[in-house]
Amino acid sequence: MSVQVITGNHAAGYALSVAGEANRTARGVACGIYPITPQTEIVEYVAKFPFSKGRVVPVESEHSAMAVSMGASMSGARAFTASSANGLAYMAENIMVAGYYRLPIVMVAVNRTLGPPWNIWADQGDTLFLRDFAWLQFYCENNQEVLDTTLLAFRLAEDQRILMPVLVCMDAFIVSHTQTETMLPEQAEVDRYLPDLDLPHAMHYDEARTLGGLAWPHEGLAQRLEIDEAMKRVPDVYQECRESFTETFGRDPGDVIQTFATDDAEVVLVASGTIATTAREVVRKRREAGEKVGLVKLKMFRPFPEAALREACQSATHLAVLDRNYAAGMGGIFWQDTRAAFQGHRDDLLIQNYLTGLCGGDVTPAVIANILADITSRSEAGDPLWMGIGTGEETNQ
Amino acid sequence: MIATTPTIPCPDECLLRPGNTNCGGCGMSIGLTMLGRALAEAGDTCTLVIPACCGVVTAGAFPTTSYGVPMISTTFASAPAVASGVASIRDLNDEPEQVICWAGDGGTYDIGLATLSAAAERNENIIYICYDNEIYGNTGGQRSSATPAGARTTTTPWGKTQEKKDIMSIMAAHRIPYAATLSIAHPDDFARKITTALAIKGMRFLLLHSPCPTGWKSEPEDSVKLVRLAVASGLFPLYEVYDGATYRINAEPDGTDPAEYFHRQRRFKLEEIDLRATRRACSDHMQRLQVLAERFPVVTTL
Repeated sequence: MSVQVITGNHAAGYALSVAGEANRTARGVACGIYPITPQTEIVEYVAKFPFSKGRVVPVESEHSAMAVSMGASMSGARAFTASSANGLAYMAENIMVAGYYRLPIVMVAVNRTLGPPWNIWADQGDTLFLRDFAWLQFYCENNQEVLDTTLLAFRLAEDQRILMPVLVCMDAFIVSHTQTETMLPEQAEVDRYLPDLDLPHAMHYDEARTLGGLAWPHEGLAQRLEIDEAMKRVPDVYQECRESFTETFGRDPGDVIQTFATDDAEVVLVASGTIATTAREVVRKRREAGEKVGLVKLKMFRPFPEAALREACQSATHLAVLDRNYAAGMGGIFWQDTRAAFQGHRDDLLIQNYLTGLCGGDVTPAVIANILADITSRSEAGDPLWMGIGTGEETNQ
Repeated sequence: MIATTPTIPCPDECLLRPGNTNCGGCGMSIGLTMLGRALAEAGDTCTLVIPACCGVVTAGAFPTTSYGVPMISTTFASAPAVASGVASIRDLNDEPEQVICWAGDGGTYDIGLATLSAAAERNENIIYICYDNEIYGNTGGQRSSATPAGARTTTTPWGKTQEKKDIMSIMAAHRIPYAATLSIAHPDDFARKITTALAIKGMRFLLLHSPCPTGWKSEPEDSVKLVRLAVASGLFPLYEVYDGATYRINAEPDGTDPAEYFHRQRRFKLEEIDLRATRRACSDHMQRLQVLAERFPVVTTL
């Protein structure tokens, strides 16, 4: 293991490459790649990696990038790609198909605002709109978490009880282009952590199998049910992959939700990605001042960790859900699922949505202070609150 | 998701199994049979990669399949890209099979053209066969950019006003190792071109004129006759292009009037077809190919 000062993109590119290389003792690795800001450095890293048994295919679109990776995965090889924003939207059809084909592809997404208006800064709308496909989704807050989660994602995706693709997400620029000290595992360690991929439905030239023909409603229903059953197994299998990760690499890649000072907290902030990093510091200071506030960072969004979230918020009376995303006509997407998680369990809990950091706006400690001031003064929840409108907080100044 | 069971038992494994539900007189079905035969004679195996088209419906419903070879169905625009992934892993593992895309004209001339062009530019080690029935057949007969001028489709109810796209010139312009046209009315030529394609590495493109009685409003028993007329009249020349550079014509038109070709299909109204212009266009296209074949002849001996 070595410690290097690298960007989030570099961390992702490294993790994808060494994971691919680890399958050289089996059927190898192949992927389609296509550039889009701010993830381009990831595919650039992959393109120059000296794979012993691999091929990187520079294609003409994101749609084809996922298609090449699907072809490789269907052939029993390890496969991955990376994208952002409108690239993910263009790729969406094949993202959906990769999930329904149960292909254990890992994709790193650098969360960027979906245009228009055109903007390359952080917003989670580009991956959250893919939430209903058969993909697992993880949101990371720093370079180390990106690297660790990407490696773990392969182990999880390729587990015979799961066999589903995984999205590993990070905020544009705040993570993707910020250099921090990051621990990079050696290839030999990664080889130990990621066994040879064995895809039960891989295609083979001497077996007359048809992958993806027609199916009657009851067969299609069974396929969807199997996906649901596999999704339900994710929390337990994740813990196994996490324990094995800790054993192999000597550090904890983190739980599916990560709590800070929630034990007796009355007000709990629910956040993801880099907003959680800032919120944690605010909560730390408030705790020092004696305020009963806490933080839940949602790392895993699909499957949604309902039970863990409910358990973490047992003492809470007020939940403030911070969303760097907006589902038109509804509100924040993390908020919707948070409300659903407590419905029928904690109908006394006040759950308020704060839309903040959209389209790349900075979520500063001052913004979080405003949110805390609002949530503590509330006796009932209202419509999602748009933070920073007209105050200049929404700009990057 | 993985279907393996034949629809009805077939003692000798074949590429297209009996019991499929394809239409009578379907050029695609005859093409698949001819492809299977040529592969068997060459002792080759294949994986078929098929985008949305009648070729996917051909497989039938899970758990049965009409394909006696591995078949992967892809999204409409993605066959050449998925095939690139499949062929990459095949090559990394030194495996023998041919990766063959089998796509309709909608998936080739229209929605899949960028993907196909990119695979050709990368010179992917795959065979791409377009069965061109000049229509979106699977969705009930809408115009594509392969539909010839004058043809009535459900989206050109008064006849298409634009000419058919020249996909062979587009593919030849990519300077791929091999591009050729196929006709089910010329089975020996068909088989020889498959054998030729099998022996070449890199991107190989084959264009099959594929009659569709349902879309062409023709009689199923006329299918082979129709595409024979197309070759004989010069409407669908049989030719090969190597490396986008050298040309060979495989069947010279014999002076047959294209009128009968149009007359036997109710998608055309004969009185609306400008036969003089059609004859002139056929003749001009043929002359252009002849000039190319004389000036830049194929030097390999086959």
